[in-house]
Amino acid sequence: MASSSTRGAAIDLRSVSKHYGSFIALDKVSLHIEPGEFMTLLGPSGSGKTTTLNVIAGFTEVSSGSLDVGGKSVIGVPAHKRNIGVVFQHYALFPHMTVSRNVAYPLTLRGIANPDRAARMRKALDMVKMADFGHRFPSELSGGQQQRVALARAIVFDPPLLLMDEPLGALDKKLREWLQLEIKRIHRELGTTFVYVTHDQEEALVLSDRIAVFNQGRIEQIGTGRQLYDEPETLFVGKFVGDSTILRGAASTSGNETALEIEGRKVAAAKRLPNGAKPVMLLRPEKLSLARRGKGGQDRNTLPGRIGEAIYLGSGSKYEVVLADTSKAIVRSTLDAETFAIGDEVDLVFAGSDVKLLADDENADFTLT
Amino acid sequence: MATRAIDSRDTVPAVAADDRRRWFRGQAFWLVAPALLLLVICLGLPLAIVTLRSFSEPQWGWQNYAWFFGTPVNLTVLQRTFAISAWVTLVCLIAGYPYAYVMTAVGPKIRLILILCVLVPFWVSGVVRTLAWVILLQDSGVINSVIRAVGLSPVKLIRTQTGVVIGMAQVLLPFMILPLYSVMKTIDLRLMQAARSLGASPARAFAQVYLPLSLPGVYAGAIIVFILALGFYITPALLGGPRSTMLSTLIQNQVLSLLNWGRGGAMGVVLLIATFVLLALAAPLSRQPYKTGSRR
Amino acid sequence: MKQPGRILLGLYCLLVAVWLVAPTIVVVPMSFNEKKSLAFPPSGFSWQWYQNFFTSPEWSASLIGSLKVAVVTAVFATVIGTLAAFGLDRMKSRVSGVLRALLITPMVVPGVVLAVGIYAVYLDTRLVGTMTGFVLAHTMLAVPFVIIAVSASLEVFDKRLETAAASLGATRLTAFRTVTLPLIAPGILSGLLFAFVTSFDEIIVALFITSPYLKTLPVQIFSSITRDADPTVAAVGTLLFITTSLVIGAGLLIGSRQGKR
Repeated sequence: MASSSTRGAAIDLRSVSKHYGSFIALDKVSLHIEPGEFMTLLGPSGSGKTTTLNVIAGFTEVSSGSLDVGGKSVIGVPAHKRNIGVVFQHYALFPHMTVSRNVAYPLTLRGIANPDRAARMRKALDMVKMADFGHRFPSELSGGQQQRVALARAIVFDPPLLLMDEPLGALDKKLREWLQLEIKRIHRELGTTFVYVTHDQEEALVLSDRIAVFNQGRIEQIGTGRQLYDEPETLFVGKFVGDSTILRGAASTSGNETALEIEGRKVAAAKRLPNGAKPVMLLRPEKLSLARRGKGGQDRNTLPGRIGEAIYLGSGSKYEVVLADTSKAIVRSTLDAETFAIGDEVDLVFAGSDVKLLADDENADFTLT
Repeated sequence: MATRAIDSRDTVPAVAADDRRRWFRGQAFWLVAPALLLLVICLGLPLAIVTLRSFSEPQWGWQNYAWFFGTPVNLTVLQRTFAISAWVTLVCLIAGYPYAYVMTAVGPKIRLILILCVLVPFWVSGVVRTLAWVILLQDSGVINSVIRAVGLSPVKLIRTQTGVVIGMAQVLLPFMILPLYSVMKTIDLRLMQAARSLGASPARAFAQVYLPLSLPGVYAGAIIVFILALGFYITPALLGGPRSTMLSTLIQNQVLSLLNWGRGGAMGVVLLIATFVLLALAAPLSRQPYKTGSRR
Repeated sequence: MKQPGRILLGLYCLLVAVWLVAPTIVVVPMSFNEKKSLAFPPSGFSWQWYQNFFTSPEWSASLIGSLKVAVVTAVFATVIGTLAAFGLDRMKSRVSGVLRALLITPMVVPGVVLAVGIYAVYLDTRLVGTMTGFVLAHTMLAVPFVIIAVSASLEVFDKRLETAAASLGATRLTAFRTVTLPLIAPGILSGLLFAFVTSFDEIIVALFITSPYLKTLPVQIFSSITRDADPTVAAVGTLLFITTSLVIGAGLLIGSRQGKR
């Protein structure tokens, strides 16, 4: 959870809303971030995560609600007086200044004179491993190098809070994975509170102490990566974080058990939704297994299907199984398990205890473009 | 992973800047106000007076317009003004289109030289350039010296319509080349390769792919050249003779020599209306309807 | 494209380039003519026309007049045009589109019509032949060029950099001074240059509002050409050509040095 150091600032958003005309960008968002915590705001495009970041940074004024940073309200405080570091996706390095001058810029604005300024600048560039590039102009650097300079510029004035808006979004996969580790290291060394915006759930899982999942201007769930993956509270979270198989069918409940009927087959779990919402079943890929048709155990839930896609992953295989109702299941199997080919008739097997029972929600769909 | 690049629009704090812009919006008008005031005083007022006098001098009415359209000489000059402008536009287009294309196709060094050649005419005052054309075109001038040296009989160029067109086209050529170039450099040359690979001959690929994409530049260049040519004064005055007088010279003559503000004003209004009607008709053509990927 | 086609196209361009450049070059030999004639080819060699340009009060007065008008015009036009470009940039696009079109009309209004109108206004307000009169008219003609130049650099200026500066602690004014201004300075500078050249080169309005007391160089050149074949004009043309070439050469050199960024 939170880092041992206490240099970071706590953030408290209470019932923050933001309207643009009739469009509601943020709808009563409440979020508490511990000092020194690495909090990721995760969600699809237009979900409100960036608006939340802009509200904290002071680029956007809230329509209603309260916002405290480090225990003090910052409503109405302009961005340049908030003393918050921001790293942008597009780097936003000043093209007419060298790397050194870019990093020294916030220090100059704070009236910090030279021996001290140069020392702090060097320390920040050292931290991002860009000390040898001080005399270069941003246009002479690669994307990854530019982003590291931008990071140095955002931390050089020791802000108690660092905001990062998809900082790795413009970089390729290998570079991203390496910089994720760098960011984690810097977070550990600084002990500053980090708020990180991304749409990439894997990135969120790698980096964060906790993750807030945004959808349509609201927070669906706040929790650690494990909590979001193992115990999703909403269908949206279940679908957005990690791979998942969703089963829908005619529901019936008896006692403490919920059953779904899918094309004549019944599957059941010893769970119940508290209210009368329409239940769906969510299963993680590693909780599903495959058997040749008719060879599945009778004690567990089975559904007939056909292999639609078989992907070899190196560490195992991933299958897409087309079920009788044309919905698709995603199954991950280990190397030593039986392998299947496209078109094979199989049974999808799972234990009732591994089922997550969630309320159906038509707003749970998101588009990736 | 599947969750790779989601639309980056929401990651850009454009929304954020929106709040700041609103603050500016009230002030934005005041930033433009001095320019508008100047425009009203030095453009609006003069044009209003010209228009007013065309109706009020020597007395109220349409008399000056009736005179203008009722005098064959004026109509001849009006027609000639349009004809010369059309010729100049055509010459500029024929000379400028291949030139602009080559500018996009060569390496950066040659491109710089070609651009400098386009800009050189701007380096020297327009009057001096016209003088140069007098030197070049006169009966004992450079061009006729060359013609004589080759053994042909000299051509009358100065004080002819041909001379005026040659001189004006040279002065206006940059206004054709620059818009053409700015459109052409956005055309992805790989589209031509694509057309070729799909079975088009080079000529077809040009006619069906390149030409349509370059048309906005052609229209933009042609409009500006034609409109500037309509109002040309110095070059026709110095290179032209009585048989190549253009409307501007006639206006100047009415006002400065004959002190007839009414007739001069009416001619001015006719020229002004012709200009703006053309502009309004042709402006929509020069908008680039398709955005092609920039090559750089 | 096949080779012969390429060569043909190259030759064609060369021809167009010669056509563009030749008239500028042809005045150079004429300026050293020994006789008072503009006939080609010139005969002999003499510096007398340069001497005449610098010693004749008529010519030097017109040069000084032109420089004065052009410098003041350039300053006014740059200030007014830059403000307007910023204003247009911060407006809603529909409003700014209309205003931009309006502010650029001086570029397309036929020169003589405008000159007649300005002459009429100046006769009534006694501005004919005055510095104020010249600067007002020339500023109006030069502002569009400044607006175009500054707008172009504002368009490529990444406004998100201002947001970044704010996050680093810069007030709006500081952000403007340290980030916006340095980045659009080339646009403002080229606007200034355009404004200067526009005024320095302007002749049609100048012909109407000139007086024996204030004459600009183009007017002097024009009356010299229409009066007699005086090679001093060629000397002026040559001097202008050399001066501009030097300025542009220096600009290219500085530009290429900064271009590394």
